[in-house]
Amino acid sequence: MADHIQYNLEERYEFTPKLRKQLLMVIGIGLLLLVAGAVFLALDTGGGHHGGGEHHGGGHHEGGGGGEEHGYNWMTRIWANFWLNGIFFTEIAVMGVLFLAIQYLAKAGWSASFLRIPTAFGNFLPFTGGVLLIVFLFANHDLFHWTHSSLYDKAGEEYDSIIANKAPFFFWPFESGSFPVFWLARFVLYFVLWYWLYTLIKKQHLAEDNIENRLNVKHYDKATVYSAIFIVIFAVTSSTSAWDWVMSIDTHWFSTMFGWYMFASGWVSGLAVITLAVIYLKEQGYLKMVNENHLHDLGKFMFAFSIFWTYIWFSQFLLIYYANMAEETIYFYERLYGYDGIYSPMLVLNLIINFVFPFLFLMTRDAKRKAIFLKVAAWGILIGHYLDFFVMIMPGTVKENGGFFLVEIGTLLMFIGGFVLVFANTLSKYGLIPKNHPMLEESLHHSI
Amino acid sequence: MQVTSHVREPLVTNGKTMHDITQDICRQVEAKPTLAWLVAFAISVATLLIGSVALASTWWYGIGVWGLNKTIGWAWDITNFVWWVGIGHAGTLISAILLLFRQKWRTSINRAAEAMTIFAVLCAGSFILMHMGRPWLAHWALPLPNTYGSLWVNFNSPLVWDVFAISTYLTVSVVFWYVGLIPDLATIRDRAKITLEENPLLPTDTAEERKAKKAKRRPISAFMYGLLSFGWEGGAKVWARYEYVALILAGLSTPLVLSVHTIVSFDFATSVIPGWHTTIFPPYFVAGAIFSGFAMVLTLMLITRVVFKLEDYITIEHIEVMNKVIILTGSIVGIAYITEFFVAWYSGVEYESYAFINRAFGPYWWAYAAMMTCNVISPQLFWFRTIRRSLVWTFVLSIVVNIGMWFERFVIIVTSLHRDYLPSSWAMFYPTIYDVGDYVFSFGLFFTLFFLFAKFLPVINMAEVKTVLNSTDEKAKKDAEQRIREEQKQTETETVG
Repeated sequence: MADHIQYNLEERYEFTPKLRKQLLMVIGIGLLLLVAGAVFLALDTGGGHHGGGEHHGGGHHEGGGGGEEHGYNWMTRIWANFWLNGIFFTEIAVMGVLFLAIQYLAKAGWSASFLRIPTAFGNFLPFTGGVLLIVFLFANHDLFHWTHSSLYDKAGEEYDSIIANKAPFFFWPFESGSFPVFWLARFVLYFVLWYWLYTLIKKQHLAEDNIENRLNVKHYDKATVYSAIFIVIFAVTSSTSAWDWVMSIDTHWFSTMFGWYMFASGWVSGLAVITLAVIYLKEQGYLKMVNENHLHDLGKFMFAFSIFWTYIWFSQFLLIYYANMAEETIYFYERLYGYDGIYSPMLVLNLIINFVFPFLFLMTRDAKRKAIFLKVAAWGILIGHYLDFFVMIMPGTVKENGGFFLVEIGTLLMFIGGFVLVFANTLSKYGLIPKNHPMLEESLHHSI
Repeated sequence: MQVTSHVREPLVTNGKTMHDITQDICRQVEAKPTLAWLVAFAISVATLLIGSVALASTWWYGIGVWGLNKTIGWAWDITNFVWWVGIGHAGTLISAILLLFRQKWRTSINRAAEAMTIFAVLCAGSFILMHMGRPWLAHWALPLPNTYGSLWVNFNSPLVWDVFAISTYLTVSVVFWYVGLIPDLATIRDRAKITLEENPLLPTDTAEERKAKKAKRRPISAFMYGLLSFGWEGGAKVWARYEYVALILAGLSTPLVLSVHTIVSFDFATSVIPGWHTTIFPPYFVAGAIFSGFAMVLTLMLITRVVFKLEDYITIEHIEVMNKVIILTGSIVGIAYITEFFVAWYSGVEYESYAFINRAFGPYWWAYAAMMTCNVISPQLFWFRTIRRSLVWTFVLSIVVNIGMWFERFVIIVTSLHRDYLPSSWAMFYPTIYDVGDYVFSFGLFFTLFFLFAKFLPVINMAEVKTVLNSTDEKAKKDAEQRIREEQKQTETETVG
């Protein structure tokens, strides 16, 4: 081809010591803020329960139930923050794997040139898995109401027949209220399966770089098979993990949509991080072949799945609002009016940032083709969906003691620093362009 | 230029050229109807007439002739309505969403799928008219002032939302379909006009000459397709506008197609009936609709490609890709079933748990078993490549899927209603001959319209297949392989040198 522009297909991402230092500083600052925040919290509530008196006097909320009998501890807010960020970043990391798998299964051509970016996400899974596991082992009573054994004691005052009914889901085959072996087994299984399949797909994806004959699609075909296995497993586990990790915080409450709702939130966040990573790498002079056409498609993805998230959010809300059954409405009632109304503005802001903003901002073609617009949109979406997870997790854990200040900022910075550190480190381990990918030529000529 | 990867299978086979496409697809429009078509059309019309007797009786005597009773106020009518609306999802999905995703394989099947969509929505609408009992008052469903004799509609009711959703959907689908047809209609018009120009009737013609000429001339086609093609002349500007309109309509249809079945699901899910009120309904119904729609497209296309000899345009690759959509949507539906069942237990709501246990193990267990087998288990066979690419398997399974999707709606509607909160009013539903007859009517309507479409309009979008021909035929695949070989040879020489 005469019009063939020569790209450097051998390029590698260099993880500079400077960036490493900066990221370590971000983590350090995060840690400092967290410690400072913890000190404030300890001083503020150290003497007793913040507002606990009135609360106990006035009887307790349905959702809180027996949890409040065990008292609020300022550490709860820290644990909850680690849980929140652990979940949020797990979602982002696993969505990178999902993106890769979908590209294989759908035989997508446009994305081949930047596939190494989502491929690098999955390596963060062991870290979030470890953090979440530690948090659960130390703080399960703080975060999960259902872990209190008194709820299952028929003779006890705190016996809760509704939660007792759900006990097998957490404790099977052990006695209700003992060690949540079933829940933990699932927890481990999710991470093991996701990470294992991620390594299988990645291995084939990377092995392609060393093939002699580019017409040989052995690795491409194998990666497709592993992608299919991953997607089947993920289709089930994305829902069940959402029930386990987030829906069970509000133990009484249930919604069949919840798994898909959390998936929608995670998926659009993952797409936003992919977009940001592509743009930042381009700004540093990498990925010359990724042009405004590829950005346009990434922009479309963020636009479309922001609407998809809204669709899911709205469907869940509308049906619960419409049927007006107490066992369902409590979820939104707590968030809109409960806990002194502290979560109410966040719920509204959530809809504005996650729907109105990307819908209007990414509507035009030009907006989706300009890096600066996409950066603003992607950061907006990420802030919005952090908030979405915040509103999912915080009301059920820290209740009226929630807020957004030093602890929240500190934990978030630590996770951002950690994610980018692992991402950049993984990315520097292999070539940045899948140079023998059978779809690469299509991606290099992508024009829309 | 368009570059195609060598891993993509050709979408047009046997070295067809642009002209071949025109010839192959115009053939059945221009030729006399074949015997096979005549027989099939006659059967469809007969079915429609038999069904019409049932429909006329339903309207004459009232819907009391159905098997509905004091407990089960919705059964076959709404089951059939939802079933047809669901089938009506594939066309717009193929034409709109797959256009946005730039899936080139859609070009061979979008026309027929869109036509099928329109007919399926009409069939669905016919059940609403049937259920009204007094179809002449159908306009009361619209928000008309009370002076028209109607009552102001209740905007709180999802049934009113349905009126808007489905009528908007029908309108946009028809516009989308028709806009896509215009260039092809113009092609048929031009080909008919040529027969007039090539065979001018001259005063000097002998009787035999005139007879021979008249046999070749197609003045009615030239006139009719001329009217239908709105004076399309195929200039570059017109094509640019055509593509713009297609993109805008695709953008409009995408949220629309999702909203239609979402609102159909609201008919059930906004209620407080156990088994109906569950938050997963909207996306789960949409997935189910796409599932059944693709199955129906497959059923029809497998027949059409054989009858009209279109094997080079609707290839095994097309069928395989569609089967992949079937397995995806079928599995989504399966996950939704399991989720519902799990949450019915997890919720601890007795009514909810009972509704689901009753579904699976109650008197309607066979309907539930049929639904699970046909919708969740049978599509899993498509994990095997040989089954995905087998015409027989695909044909059988596409019908199995639609049987399953009918049972799904029956299960949701009837099993949720037949045992309500008062055990004294528990009942069973038994369809009458009129329930069956009205369903037969919709089949007659659907196939009559489809066969008319298949005879008088081009079943494949010639213009769009031509746009992808160069990048998707066998030559494109060979070229892609050749290019890689050359590049590799070059690199080798460089290394050696």
